[in-house]
Amino acid sequence: MAYAAGVDVGSTQTKAVIIDEDRRIVGRALIDTGANVVRAAENAFHAALENGGIYEEDVAFVVGTGYGRYKVTFGDTQITEISCHARGAVHMFPGTRTVLDMGGQDTKAIRVSPDGDVIDFVMNDKCAAGTGRFLQYAAMALDIPLAEIGAIALQAQRPVKISTTCTVFAETEVLSWLAKGKKIEDILMGVHRSIATRSIGLLRRVGIEEEVTFTGGVAKNIGMVNVLNELLGLRLNVSEESHFMGALGAALFAMDRIISSRTPATREV
Amino acid sequence: MSTATVAQPELVGRGNKEGAALFRQWFRELTEAQERGEHAAYVFVMGSMAEVLKAFDFHLVFPEINSLQTAVRHVALDYLNEAEDYGYSPDICGYVKADVAVQLRGGEHPMGRIPRPSLAVATNACNTYIKWAEIWERFYHVPVFTFDIPGTRQAYTRADVGSPDFERDRRYVEHQLQELIALCEEITGTPFDVDKLRQVLHNANVMSRNWARVLELNRERPAVFNALTEGTIYLGVANALRGTPDGADYFVRLVEEMEYKVAHGIGTLPEEKYRLIFVGVPCYPIFRRFYEFFAEWGGVFVNSTYLWFASGGFNRGFQYDLERPLESLATGILLSVSDAMDSMFFQDRVLAHMVADYHVDGIVFHPIKSCRTVSTGLADTRRAVMAQTDVLTLYIESDMMDQRVVSEAQLKNRIDAFFEGLATRKLQAGAA
Repeated sequence: MAYAAGVDVGSTQTKAVIIDEDRRIVGRALIDTGANVVRAAENAFHAALENGGIYEEDVAFVVGTGYGRYKVTFGDTQITEISCHARGAVHMFPGTRTVLDMGGQDTKAIRVSPDGDVIDFVMNDKCAAGTGRFLQYAAMALDIPLAEIGAIALQAQRPVKISTTCTVFAETEVLSWLAKGKKIEDILMGVHRSIATRSIGLLRRVGIEEEVTFTGGVAKNIGMVNVLNELLGLRLNVSEESHFMGALGAALFAMDRIISSRTPATREV
Repeated sequence: MSTATVAQPELVGRGNKEGAALFRQWFRELTEAQERGEHAAYVFVMGSMAEVLKAFDFHLVFPEINSLQTAVRHVALDYLNEAEDYGYSPDICGYVKADVAVQLRGGEHPMGRIPRPSLAVATNACNTYIKWAEIWERFYHVPVFTFDIPGTRQAYTRADVGSPDFERDRRYVEHQLQELIALCEEITGTPFDVDKLRQVLHNANVMSRNWARVLELNRERPAVFNALTEGTIYLGVANALRGTPDGADYFVRLVEEMEYKVAHGIGTLPEEKYRLIFVGVPCYPIFRRFYEFFAEWGGVFVNSTYLWFASGGFNRGFQYDLERPLESLATGILLSVSDAMDSMFFQDRVLAHMVADYHVDGIVFHPIKSCRTVSTGLADTRRAVMAQTDVLTLYIESDMMDQRVVSEAQLKNRIDAFFEGLATRKLQAGAA
């Protein structure tokens, strides 16, 4: 049995996934990226091996992805997280035609073919406005754990209208609403709506075709999932593995390479 | 010089070397013009009116080219900061700001010293041109001649040539040419010489038809030049030396080189994998690296809208009738500048044709922060082209001058994903 690994080195967290030849996830790990990107990749990979009880020498191919993909020094090749998220999403939800990936500093809208190939994609521009980082800074400004803000936002009765999604000004924006006496849940719902609206703008640029799968760290946020469902008027696919979708896609490409080395007809990037 | 007598190493790459040498010579002459007290005219690439100005021996100064040269030479930020310190907003066109700093420095520029103008000529091809020329008017108290070229805002080219409407527009342009000629006579003290204009028009004709031929030769596989990099060298010569014997000769020799490369299957890349179109203005602050992002994947730009609008529409190869010089010049300007202007509004049909003619795999749209004129609408154009053709497209944003808004990592990520898509598509096409 050969195993394949995908290591997704993101701006905030590093994720690693190991799959077997049946393309089932057998090991996974998630750690904070921190300042040493090379070590983060190594640590995540080894933690995933440990999680699955797999020996390193049994992993026949490793694909690095994410912004730090070239820092996966033990990797065999690199593939962008755009291709990897698309592949992972279609693997998890075969009906996927559109992917929304919301991460720490990037939001991507991707249109995919039934095979998981990228037909078109757009991303937020160089500015991190409207990405997960804005949520993180808003949570920090309110001194609430990031994992809890989505559920709190859902309790909103009269959401405020947040005009900026600039991450640098997140704290100022939140504090100004607090100063006006607004409730925390109303402010947080305003934050979620603001970011969701911006993301939907990206989705419209590639064309929204169902099914739509929501991936990335922010997909763990129940408040964001609900707001997107409401604004889009549809039900997004959200996997328990949404955080790992890029790493999973990378591992799937790695498995393609293993299989294609045996049978050249298999498709690969 | 015939092809048969020229050894390959000498011929291949000649256009790049000679273009660079001509450009250095051109800047040397600008430096000397100031010292000799000769007349210089500040002009723009879209509607330079080089034909008239060369007939009066004006040295042509292209502030757009001066500005982009500061970016290519990695000193643009110094110039931009100086203009912003002077009071210009970060949102103002980077070309304008770099030029303002050049003027504030008394013409100091990495390529030489830019002479003061005796005259400035602008057109309505770009809305910034008119306000930009007013800056020189205030700096130097020189006349500014603003050409009003009627635009039709229709795709591709004017379809009404020969109609009463077109003739009215042509006469309107011709009348403005006569006004410009009178102004040139006044500034230089030299009477207009129609035979000298004919000679300039002849040189421009040679250049234009060979420029069109160079562009046409890149339909071949492999592509013989990269429209983004080598094409920009050719474009510089096309603008700076229009109407001169050197400019005409350069393009004759360039066609010779390109035809040789076509005949011998010599591409600009060692291994051409993907044929691309570039839409927009190049990313000059990281000009070489930007090219490498694509070349490393085997991507070559076979054509570019930049070579079209930034040559003032002279890519269409219009030939002046030397028997009717002013009348024909007016027609050529009307058609070419209209083409350049309208190209900003209706690119989808032309791009769709280009995809077919140049056997293109993908289109790269590159809107820039500095210039909304060429960037507005590119997202819509992209959608329209994707509806008409079956090619992958990439939409990346940066700037032609300001490295503060150029993020290499962000660009590379998107470019790599684009090529991953192209690679998959090629693999599937091969398997089908």
